[in-house]
Amino acid sequence: MRKENIFKILLAGLFVLVSLNLNAKEAEEETTGKIDTKTGVKEFLGHHLKDSHYFTFFSDGEKGEHYGFPLPVIIWDGGLKVFLASKFHHGEELVELDGNYYKLYHSKIYKTGAEGIIEYGENGFPTNEKPLDFSITKNVIAMITVAILMFLMFWALAKNYQKRSIPKGFSRVLEPLVIYVRDDIAKPNIGPRYKKYMSFLLTVFFFILILNLLGLTPFGINVTGNIAITLGLALVTFIIVQFSGNKHYWKHIFWMPGVPVPMKIILMPIEVLGMLTKPFALMIRLFANMMAGHVVVMSLLGLIFIFQNWIASPAFFGFTLFISLIELLVAFLQAYIFTLLSALYIGMAVEEHEDHPKDHGEDIPVI
Amino acid sequence: MDKLINDFSFGLFFWQLAILIVLIFLLKKFAWKPILDSLNTREEGIKDALDSAEKARKEMQNLNADNEKLLQEARLQRDSMLKEARELKERIVTEASSEAQEKADKIVAQAQITIQNEKNAALADLKNQVAELSIEIAEKVIRKELSSSEQQYRLVEEMLEDVTLK
Repeated sequence: MRKENIFKILLAGLFVLVSLNLNAKEAEEETTGKIDTKTGVKEFLGHHLKDSHYFTFFSDGEKGEHYGFPLPVIIWDGGLKVFLASKFHHGEELVELDGNYYKLYHSKIYKTGAEGIIEYGENGFPTNEKPLDFSITKNVIAMITVAILMFLMFWALAKNYQKRSIPKGFSRVLEPLVIYVRDDIAKPNIGPRYKKYMSFLLTVFFFILILNLLGLTPFGINVTGNIAITLGLALVTFIIVQFSGNKHYWKHIFWMPGVPVPMKIILMPIEVLGMLTKPFALMIRLFANMMAGHVVVMSLLGLIFIFQNWIASPAFFGFTLFISLIELLVAFLQAYIFTLLSALYIGMAVEEHEDHPKDHGEDIPVI
Repeated sequence: MDKLINDFSFGLFFWQLAILIVLIFLLKKFAWKPILDSLNTREEGIKDALDSAEKARKEMQNLNADNEKLLQEARLQRDSMLKEARELKERIVTEASSEAQEKADKIVAQAQITIQNEKNAALADLKNQVAELSIEIAEKVIRKELSSSEQQYRLVEEMLEDVTLK
């Protein structure tokens, strides 16, 4: 009973914090730029979805102050340049380094002239040169946090087994998840050679899961909803799949057995394309799901402030709560799907002939 | 699509890959390997325990069956032994009784023979004594009454008459 209460309080606190955050931001836009709430919400949402060079907890619009801390900026532009993001003053000031001027514009660093003018191309995006930005951004901080968290959690679990065969405390929560990944994701999809891929599958599953869950906290972190992150994850899967591919796998791609020669030639580019679309789908699925979730939750929260009356606001609060719970499910689901599909692709690549002798009609001509 | 490409951050991509790969290898060494090994050992331990329990149960069953069989055998043996003993007893009894009968018969027969013999001996003895007595008497008579031959004759006749009477 007490634990449930704590959970409820935490949940309530989450929403209050997010609300405060939004409220402050929106107010800031109102006072400084004379922007209406609608645009403010939109702007805030856009900022939330993007990576940032600041770790901002909340901002006070009326005083124009941001509560948080700046993160280090590391850029490569004819040499390594490191400075704190506070130099940008939230994009208000140019940073001059070795005769070059850098401007922070919509969470991106651009090279500008001394006046700091951003030029726009035909598609409405800045055409200014972008230096290679290796900054420790908010997302990087989040990932490092998750990495440390995971290391501590699973190290504790591993140490737990040295003392007793059944873990105690929080490790007891992690154990069934580990067993779940092993027994329900790796084993059925990869087959007898699953052991080699367990480290990757477990790491990716918990990495995505914890980042997804972190995205639901009021810190405004949107890591898994960033295409660079999902690209990285999908790329690792892609590389692992290609490197574990056995003779049968490559034969199926380049010279499909059991079909006539003209079909073999037609199938080859299709299979090669399929090789690439699989990780591509992985990348887009995770990215789109997480981003869409954030957009929906933030938009519903924004609606509370747009309507600002006693009937609509509680109603949208309810909606937000409902969607957040669905997002909680999605957080687990997406981690599961990504791991499951990775396992499936690996399984397809390592599958041996004798593993499933029945459903392989290779030696029998189809026509 | 343009927005996606514009928003793509190579730096973030780089950091993500670096963190993920380092994390995979770190966790592999410090967490996944020991965890999965321990899980395996534990599961095998449980499986072994279940197997041995099943084996013990089967052994117990076999033992029970053996015991039952042994008991059955013992019962059968007891029964046959009892039967044998009873037969033996009867045989001994009949044998003993017939032997006793035989012995008794034999003893009786011997006794009869002995009696006959004794009787014959006694008769012979008596006859001898009678003969001696007769001779003595005859001597005496002869001595006493040898004077008269008539008397002698009479006496002999009387005496002989007596003898044949027997």
